[in-house]
Order: sequence, then C-alpha cells, then structure tokens
Amino acid sequence: MSRPVRYNIHPIEANIADSVTYVDAPDGYGGDGFFTTKLSDVVGLARKNSLWPMPYATSCCGIEFMATAASHYDLSRFGAERMSHSPRQCDLLMVMGTIAKKMGPVLRQVYLQMAEPRWVIAVGACASSGGIFDTYSVLQGIDQVIPVDVYVPGCPPRPEAILDGFMKIQELVGQESIRRRNSDHYKALLNGYGIQ
Amino acid sequence: MSDHNITLAEDAIERKTTTINLGPTHPATHGVFQNIMELDGERVVSSDQTVGYIHRAFEKLAERRPLYQITPITDRLNYCSSPINNMGWHLTCEKLLGVQTPKRVDYLRVIIMELARIADHLICNSIVGVDAGAFTGFLYVMQYRELIYEIYEEVCGSRLTTNIGRIGGFERNFTNTAFTKLEKFLKEYPVALGELESLLTRNRIFMERTIGGGPISAERALNYGFTGPNLRAAGVDYDVRVHSPYSSYQDFEFDIPVGKTGDNYDRFLVRNQEMWQSMRIIQQAYNKVQEFKGTDAEVYHADVPEYYLPKKEDVYTKMEALIWHFKIIMGEVDMPKGEVYQSVEGGNGELGFYMISDGGRTPFRLHFRRPCFIYYQAYPELVKDSMLSDAILTMSSLNLIAGELDA
Amino acid sequence: MAISNEYIQQKLTEKFGDQVFNFEDTYGMLCFEAPKDLNLKVLQYLYDEPSLGFQFLTDLCGVNFPENPNRELAVVYHLHNLVENTRLRFKVFTPVATPDVFTATQLFSSANWMERETYDFFGVNFVGHPNLKRILNVDEMDYFPLRKEYPLEDQTRIDKDDEMFGRG
Repeated sequence: MSRPVRYNIHPIEANIADSVTYVDAPDGYGGDGFFTTKLSDVVGLARKNSLWPMPYATSCCGIEFMATAASHYDLSRFGAERMSHSPRQCDLLMVMGTIAKKMGPVLRQVYLQMAEPRWVIAVGACASSGGIFDTYSVLQGIDQVIPVDVYVPGCPPRPEAILDGFMKIQELVGQESIRRRNSDHYKALLNGYGIQ
Repeated sequence: MSDHNITLAEDAIERKTTTINLGPTHPATHGVFQNIMELDGERVVSSDQTVGYIHRAFEKLAERRPLYQITPITDRLNYCSSPINNMGWHLTCEKLLGVQTPKRVDYLRVIIMELARIADHLICNSIVGVDAGAFTGFLYVMQYRELIYEIYEEVCGSRLTTNIGRIGGFERNFTNTAFTKLEKFLKEYPVALGELESLLTRNRIFMERTIGGGPISAERALNYGFTGPNLRAAGVDYDVRVHSPYSSYQDFEFDIPVGKTGDNYDRFLVRNQEMWQSMRIIQQAYNKVQEFKGTDAEVYHADVPEYYLPKKEDVYTKMEALIWHFKIIMGEVDMPKGEVYQSVEGGNGELGFYMISDGGRTPFRLHFRRPCFIYYQAYPELVKDSMLSDAILTMSSLNLIAGELDA
Repeated sequence: MAISNEYIQQKLTEKFGDQVFNFEDTYGMLCFEAPKDLNLKVLQYLYDEPSLGFQFLTDLCGVNFPENPNRELAVVYHLHNLVENTRLRFKVFTPVATPDVFTATQLFSSANWMERETYDFFGVNFVGHPNLKRILNVDEMDYFPLRKEYPLEDQTRIDKDDEMFGRG
C-alpha cells in the first residue's frame, strides 16, 4: 500500500544573521586584545542566558507553560532550551499551579535538592497566594514554605506573562553579585524558612 | 524434557524485586500522581497509587457560592477542555431552573464544546507521541491548538480557563472575527491532523510501543466505571452525546469510533478518529448557524431575566438591570428545591454534576462525577506485567488530568 | 426502549415490599431509598435481575444533612443500565453516630475509590472495604471536612484578619 510522502520541496536557506541575537557586553574597560570587567557581571551574563528551568507543573498553569515552551511562544529563545526535570541540575524552579498542603513537603524537598544558586518563580495566582482556593487543603502561596523571587499574576497567566516573569528572573540573575549566596542576609532569609 | 536440565535446589537463585517511587513530581507522570511500583527487572509486578496532591476542595467550595461563581471552579476541573465543563455546569443549572435554550445557542455551544474536545484530544495524543519518543508531533500541533484558543479568546476573552457562557446562553454574540477564525481553523486543522496521523499511526516504532500496552477488556472497563474514549477503545459504544443528548446533539450526524482491545494504540486511534468526527460536527453546526436569518441570527441567549445577567451598558444606566445584576451575582434569586443529575461527554469521559438544592442561595451539595478519578483506579490492573516504560505510556494515553482527578 | 420508572418501582416493590420507599421522579430520573442494611441486596437485585440490569455504577457520593436526626449521612448511588439507557438514583441514610454501610466493591470495582472518597469527606465507614483509608486528604487529618459543621477555610491562617478587609 502506497501512501503520499510529504517533504519540503522549496527549502528556504536559513539566514543565521537574522535569527541569532547577541547580548551586549557588560560595562568595562577594553582595548586591543583585552577587556576588563567585574567577574560578577560576566558570571551573571552567562547564568542569565543559560538558565535551566525545572517545570514544577501541577495544574492549569502547567498547560499554559506547555504552550509557552512549545513552538508558538518558544521559551528556548531566552536560553532556556533545556527543561531539566531533575532538581539537582537546574537553577530555576518554576512552580506552576495549585500546591496543596499534601504537596507542600514535596515542593520543599525539591527546593532543597537544588544546588545554589537557585531561583524560584511562582506562576499564577495559586502558587503566589492560593488564588481562588481559600480552602482547608490548599497552601496559601508557596512562599509559606520556600523563598520566591518573582511572582507572575494571572489565573492562569498568558504565555506572554510567563515569558515576562522569566525575563524578570533573567534581570535578577544578571545583576546578582556572586557573593550574595554567602551573605548573612541570604542566610537569614533561608533560616527564616528553617533551611540551614 | 531433556536430561541436560540442571536441577537447582529450591532456594538456589535469590529472587528480588525492586521498589521504585514514581512521582508525585516525576517528569514522566504528567501531573501529580504518585506510583510506588514493585519491579521485577523491568516488569511491573504491582503498583500502589497515591492521589490527592492537588486536592482543592471544589465540592466544599461550591457549597459557599452562588451558581455563577461556581462556573470558574468548573473551569479548573479538566483544564484542557474547560468549555465543556462550563457548558455542563450551565446545563445542570438550566435543568434545575427549567430554562429552555434556543436552537442557535445550542449550536453555538456545540461548536465550542467540540473545539474543546479537539484541544483536549490533541494534547493527549501528542503527549502519547512524546512519551513514545516523538517530540516533533507535539511541537507541531501545539501551533494549531493556539488557533482554538484564539477562537475562545474572541468569544469570551480568555484562553484556557474560559468561564464561557451564561445560564441560558452566551455573554455576547459571536463576532464575525470569531467565525472567520473558525473558518480558518476548519481549513487548516485537517491538514495538521492528517500529518500527525501520518507521523504516528502507521509508524512502526510507535505501533510496536503502543500495541498491546495497557489493555483492558470491555467487561472490566465497565466494572471499573470507564467512560469516554477509554471505554470506547475497549469496544463499548457508550457516548453521552448520543445516549442522553444535550444541547441538541441529536440534530447532528456523527459516528462513535470504537476500538477492540482497549490498549494504548486503540485509545490513540479512537481519540484521533473522534477529532475527525468533531470536525464533522463543527462543520454541520457552523452550517446550521449560518442558516438562521433576520432576528433569529442575533439570538445568543434565552430570555430568562431572572438568571441571565443583564448587559453591562444597561447595568450602568438602568435601575432595573442594576438590581437584577446585583441579585444574580449575590445569589438572591430563588432557586427551586430539587435534586438534579446532568452529565456531558467531557474530554475524557462522562462528566456528571449532581446538585442538591434546598432553595438557598448556594447549592446544598454539589458533587462532580470526575471521569478520570474513577478510571484511574484501574491503573494497577492495566500495567501489571507490562514494562515500566509502557506503564508510563499507559498513563499518558489514559488522559489523566490531575486537577480533575483530585478536584 | 428505556425501562419505565413505574416498571422499576413495581419490580422493586414486588421484591422488597415496603423496605424500599420514597419513590420520586426527579427531572425524569427515578429516585428511591432503602434501609442501609439492605443496600447490597438492592444493588445486587438491580444488577442481576435480567429485566433491570443496572450494571454500571455511574457515581457514588455522600451527603450530610445535619438537620435530620438519625439520618445525618446519606450515600447516594447513581446507576445506569447502558443497554436500555436508563438511569436511577438510590440512597441509603445512616446516623452519624454509627456510620456503617456495606461496601459495594464486590459488585463494582469502581466503587473502591469513590467509597474511599466518601469516607475521606464524610466519615462513612464502609464495612468490608479492602482498603478504607483517606484518599484525597493527608492521612493525619482528624476530621471529615465536607460535613456541614466544619468550615471551608483553613483555620490556622493568621494573615486574614478583619483589619485587612476594613472591618477592624
């Protein structure tokens, strides 16, 4: 039995110059064959353009995240091509959807398994505040168990909003001092959540 | 028996099974399900499920809310096909309140519900592809799901959790843009679906992965309370749209695809075929909607001022409309006493609403019959003696939606 | 095509006499009641009797009526005859002090989780259930949240004081 085979008979030559964007170099002093800048800036530049997100999708927002990660909205454009489903290899925890009280300890466990530096983004009303579910079984915002860097409002947020939240995270990551994670302030923050 | 057999003592080989924990955040489980599996090598000996990781107490919440405030809760049941849940809820209210909807409203509802069914099946089938190792199909068809979402947006303003419609009809008429987008979808989508089918349906790798995985007989499926595509894949032609027609489904001509063995491949085929049938229904409904002429072509809700929210312009300018708006929103309109059960064919089975009203402003009790909560309990039986990787595939082909399962 | 509600009522009364009562037609669906000790017998009869054949358990859920003394909890079964396409609703009531009802898991595998859910929400003790423990809530929970006397909101919340809502 034969069946029609479809293939691309008019391939378009890709123009790399159109599809690749370059980030600007950080502020610094440069000349012939040398460039000096702060180490923090270089590290931040590298980190922010190669974030490895861990999608922690539980409900509706997870479906919008699927749309964000799929071809139409394409999260990969921001350097987050690789979704890491293993907490130990990723640096951005994206919590999308309602976190029930039964799930709270699991979420915390996942956060603890991530290596420093780690960032957290709470996508959607439920993850940020419990949303419309002010009930006995729902955790009223994930910031009750883990520290959160960026909140994205919406129920569910549109993919554009998720991308915006992601860009906010990139901004934070890019500006972060490499000493922050060792500072007393940060330790106090973690201690506030009972994390040593 | 030859003589060369080596006879071993009874306990010479030590047999051991491994216990592994899948979930609740395992990437392969598509939702928050926990499975503790006992494995013999790669074969599943037994599995034990834990659910409830996203229990949000919908039923208790619904006891505190007037009818219109429950619609957003139903959105979040099966969020892949929210409009079906919304319509099911409105149909339940209409049954209790005795509201008759005009034909045009019914047909418009059918268009939206079938679009939702396509969106639901599309996610499920492309994810089955992903779990079998074909990521391309998923990335490709997600473009076409966006077309459906654009139609939703044009009708109700929102993409995923739609909160679409009102008791008695829609909040506004479909615009011409909505119909143009629908035409675009009807034209472009069959090509994409055809390509998804030619990518997977007769693909040898896909067939070998899915045929025979997670089978269930018709008897067991019925005993386990299967409904929807999963039951039809087992060979039972039960479809709520046909057996208890709602929203004028009796006016349409379509087939119920059935499978034979109830395995992953049959489930995939049934869903694919249902998408084609949904296309047929949408086309028929669209033609029927076009046939309305004159004032009939403007009808988008039933004439029930007690339950249908007045227009926003009127609320701001007319006293009476403001009073009705207030009464309806606050649930001050009298509800009849009674018990009502209404079911619709949701994306993954019979979605039922059982409401007891004591005449107060909120339902006395509202119970959702969530199809995947009921059929997920068959999972240990489905995956027994299959490979671990096939168990993952079985899970995704059952179309389990955590939000609906845990309510 | 469909079995008439009168016929079902007649067959049930023939078999169980006045043990089945409160027959009602609610929006086209037959609804009746039986004492809780008889629930399995009635389900079995509806399942086995060839002219009835209610072999599909659509739904099982609990309801709490705090106002009815000795009938505080109800277990509601929705049955469906898929061949004749007829549905019915069957209820048993039980006092909240002794919430023991026989389990239907022997008859319908689907009843397993639905009964666990009913136990979780209302504390109905299904006698003979193979694995009666909480399903949706955490195991440590010490009350049955869907009973009417318990509040919806989390009582341990401290951030939701009246001051924030302009009532302080």
